[in-house]
Order: sequence, then C-alpha cells, then structure tokens
Amino acid sequence: MGGTVILLIILAVVVLYGVSAYNGLINLKNQTLNAFKQIDVQLKRRHDLIPNLVNAVKGAMDFERQTLEAVIQARNQAVAAGANAAPGAMKQMATAENQLTAALSRFNVVVEQYPQLKATANVGQLQEELTSTENRISFSRQAYNDTATQYNTKQQQFPTNLFAGIAKASPAELWEITDEGERAVPQVDLSMKPKA
Amino acid sequence: MTDDTSLNLFQQQEANRRRTVILVIGFVLFFAWLGFGGDFIYYLATSDAGPETYHHTFPWFGLVMTAIGAGIARYGFATGPNKVLWSTGAREVVEPATDKERQLVNVVEEMAIAAGIPRPRIWIVPDADPNAFATGLDQGHSHIAVTQGLLDMCSRDELQAVIAHELGHVKNLDVRLMTTLAALVGAVALMHDGVGRLMRGGFRLGGGGGGGGSRGGGKKGGLGQLAIILLVLWVITWILAPIISQFLAMAVSRKREYLADAMGAQFTRNPMALATALQKIESADAPTSSIKRGAAHLCIADPLGRRMNLHEGGMANLLATHPPMAARIARLKGMAYQRLKAEGQFPAT
Repeated sequence: MGGTVILLIILAVVVLYGVSAYNGLINLKNQTLNAFKQIDVQLKRRHDLIPNLVNAVKGAMDFERQTLEAVIQARNQAVAAGANAAPGAMKQMATAENQLTAALSRFNVVVEQYPQLKATANVGQLQEELTSTENRISFSRQAYNDTATQYNTKQQQFPTNLFAGIAKASPAELWEITDEGERAVPQVDLSMKPKA
Repeated sequence: MTDDTSLNLFQQQEANRRRTVILVIGFVLFFAWLGFGGDFIYYLATSDAGPETYHHTFPWFGLVMTAIGAGIARYGFATGPNKVLWSTGAREVVEPATDKERQLVNVVEEMAIAAGIPRPRIWIVPDADPNAFATGLDQGHSHIAVTQGLLDMCSRDELQAVIAHELGHVKNLDVRLMTTLAALVGAVALMHDGVGRLMRGGFRLGGGGGGGGSRGGGKKGGLGQLAIILLVLWVITWILAPIISQFLAMAVSRKREYLADAMGAQFTRNPMALATALQKIESADAPTSSIKRGAAHLCIADPLGRRMNLHEGGMANLLATHPPMAARIARLKGMAYQRLKAEGQFPAT
C-alpha cells in the first residue's frame, strides 16, 4: 500500500516535470520565432528608409553616383532575398543584408566628407533614422540570437532533452556575420602606450 | 551570462508578482488591524459599563477600514503609474518635436527590441537635473520618463544605456512592485496625516469617558490592562505606519538597481556607456526637484541626493534607497573589462 503511494507520487512528479519542460520548450520555440520575425520587421524598415535617404542627397551628391547606385542595388537584392524569409533561408538573407550594411557604411563615410550636406536638417534627421535602424537591426539580431541560444541550450540539456522530441524542438540557426570584411573590426588604438 | 540572467529573469518576475500580492495583502491587513483593533479596544472599554450605556459589539470600524483599505489598494494599483507620472509633472512625447526627442524615441524603440518587450510610452520630466525612472504594471503597459537634463547631457550611447537600465526594471517586473509600493506608501502617508488630525480631536473628546471607564473597571482589572496594552500597540502602529512603509520602499529598491544595471548592460552590450552615464548623473549633484520622496525609489539615481547613498552597510542599509554610485560604476567597469577580456581585445599592458 505504502509502496504504491510512493510510486504514484514519483510518477506524478515525473509527469508534472515533463509537462513543465514541454511547455517551457514550446514557449522558447515561439519566442525564437517571434524574435526572428522582429529582425524581418526591422529589415523592412531599413529597406523602406533607403529610397528616402538616397532621394534626399541625390541632388547634392551627383558626383558620388557610384556609391548611391551601390546602395540602391544592394537594397534591391536584400528586398529580393527577404521576400522568402524563413529561419531556413537565413544564409541567403544574411549575405544580402550584410552587403547592404557594407554599402550603407561606405555611403555614411561619403556623407561625412560633405559637412554642408550633413548640416541640412533633412539629411541629419535621415542619418539619425539610419543609425537607429542599424541599431534596431543589430538589437533584434542580438535578441534573436539570445533567445535561440537559450532554446538550443534547453534542448540539449539533461533532462529537458528527453522531451525535446515530443515538443518537436530542433536547434535554431544563429544569425552570424558571414562577411569577412564586416567581421574585421577596425582597431583604433589611441592609448599612446608602447606596443607590447 | 545570457543564460544565467534569463533563468533568473523568470524567477525575478515571479518573485515580483508574489511580492506585489504580499504587499497588497499586507496593506489591507494593516487597515483591518487598525479597524478591528479599534473595535476590540472600544468593545473592552464599553463591555463593563452599565446596561443603559452603549456597548460596542458589532465591529463597524473593522469592516469599514478593511473596505477602505481594499478600495485604496485597488485604486492605487490601477492608477499607480498615472499618479507617479502626474506627481512629477511629466509630459508625454507623442510626436517628437526636436532632434533630441526624436533620438529619445528611437533609442527607446531600439532598447525595447533588444529587451524583447513592447515599446513603453515615453515621458519627459521638465527638470534640469539628469534622472530617469520607469513605471507601469506589466510589460505591455509601461512608461519610461527621463528628465530634460538627462536628455541634454547624455550622448546617444549613454541615453541608450540609461533607457536599457529602465527597461531592465520593466522586463523583470520591478516596476509592478515599485509602482504599487509608491501608490500605497502615498496612501498611508495621506491617511496618516488626515486621520492623525481626527484622532487628536477624538482623544480630547474621549478623555472624560475613558476616565469613567477605568474607575468602573476596577473589578475587571485584567480586561482593562489588556485594553491599555492593545491601545498602546494600536497607537504605535499609527505613528510608525509611514516610517515602516518608507523603510519598505528603501529596502525593496536597493538590490534591484544592481540587477537592472546588469540587465541594461546585457541589452546594450556596452556596460561602459552606463558607467559614464551614471558618472554624469552623479556629478550633477543638484537634487531632482520635480521628483518627490514618494517616487524616489523608482529612479535610476536618488533624486534627493542623500548622503546616505554614499556608503553601504550600517545605517545606510536602513536609510538609503539606492546603492552607492561608486559601487555601481565599479561593477559596470568590471563587466566592461570582462567583455574586453572575453573578446581578446584587452590591450596588453
């Protein structure tokens, strides 16, 4: 009699733990999906912003046609790659977006060379918008990567991994920097220290 | 670090929900004690009086006070965020008018994305001293307020760091507990002032009657003593209520600042920006005059600029609402150092 009760209690604990592990995994899965959607939303915002930016500076920067065209082209490619966005097709999207990021940073460098252009209120505002958009994109990636890492860790950890199959959990791909050029952070050393 | 804080996050949210419930229950119980305690004392005082005089047998005070307490708690909980914002004279930023306001709106949106919560409503407090606070009851209905001084003084990165700190409070539901506390502390202070005045009048009236009661109660000395002990306790509770609620507000907010600093650093991945922002806030040592005592524990830095906040331990542990700024900055610099070391970017010395 006592043995049966103990057995039942153990069984109940196991079942309760299973339910909470399952729910936790589902919760994280949805959070990961949602975080991915957020990146998408922010990328769209960037795509919509670029034509405005280019229009605002086109007249003043006629001689920098090449830079502008590079931005527009990269933007169109990114829009095309983003059209079939899904966590699976992430590589393609990431490549196109990274190219756009690179084109935009070249563009920013060019704008910095024309102080009178920067002084125009319109361009100043657009630059703030651009900064904000770039931040939003990187923060949404960061949020996605954090959530996805959490989700992946949960799936692999014991004993939650026993329930990963039931919850149909599969590892989520992280958003990584693929472009070697972007990875190389320029090192600026102003410390005046003798090199070790 | 990510995994650790996120696991803690869930516990933090649960703990904050639970503490809010305990706080509200405690508040109502406090009112019940004031009411029923009064009833019981009145009952003891009138039980041995003659048959023709009034016998206090039905606990009217208790029922009414409990109802009032529950009503205030309910009202305070529902209107807490608005009350806090109203008390600071903040105005909402709906359409950003200046470049700085546009930047603020952008920064808040960026950090909301990083924190993975809906964008809070944004308010500006017209005060030249840099400070910021967050209020609200849950992640979906939160408010962030910064002073004009903070907006003018901080760079974009520093503003971002301060907002990230505040969103840390929002995300782990500190705002729920701290806003409820602000509303209830305010209610206790108000009630104490109001009823205190009534009671002083009441004692003068009741003086003669009380004297008669103690003469008549000679044969039932035990009851009379009990009534006196209760009366003393009861009066002490009345006197201490606002002090206790102040202590509560202080104790609740100190540990949370470190945690919100850490969460802010996690959102921005830039602990140094928060460190420099805190340094700027600290060096502008004028008190934030628009933010009153009742909302002090909500702010990123003590708006009253109390010296207590410079130390840790001893009296400061009782009286300070915020941990010492130097300790917070040191912790953030430690985080920045860890980050550089982890990335292998720390310059060789």
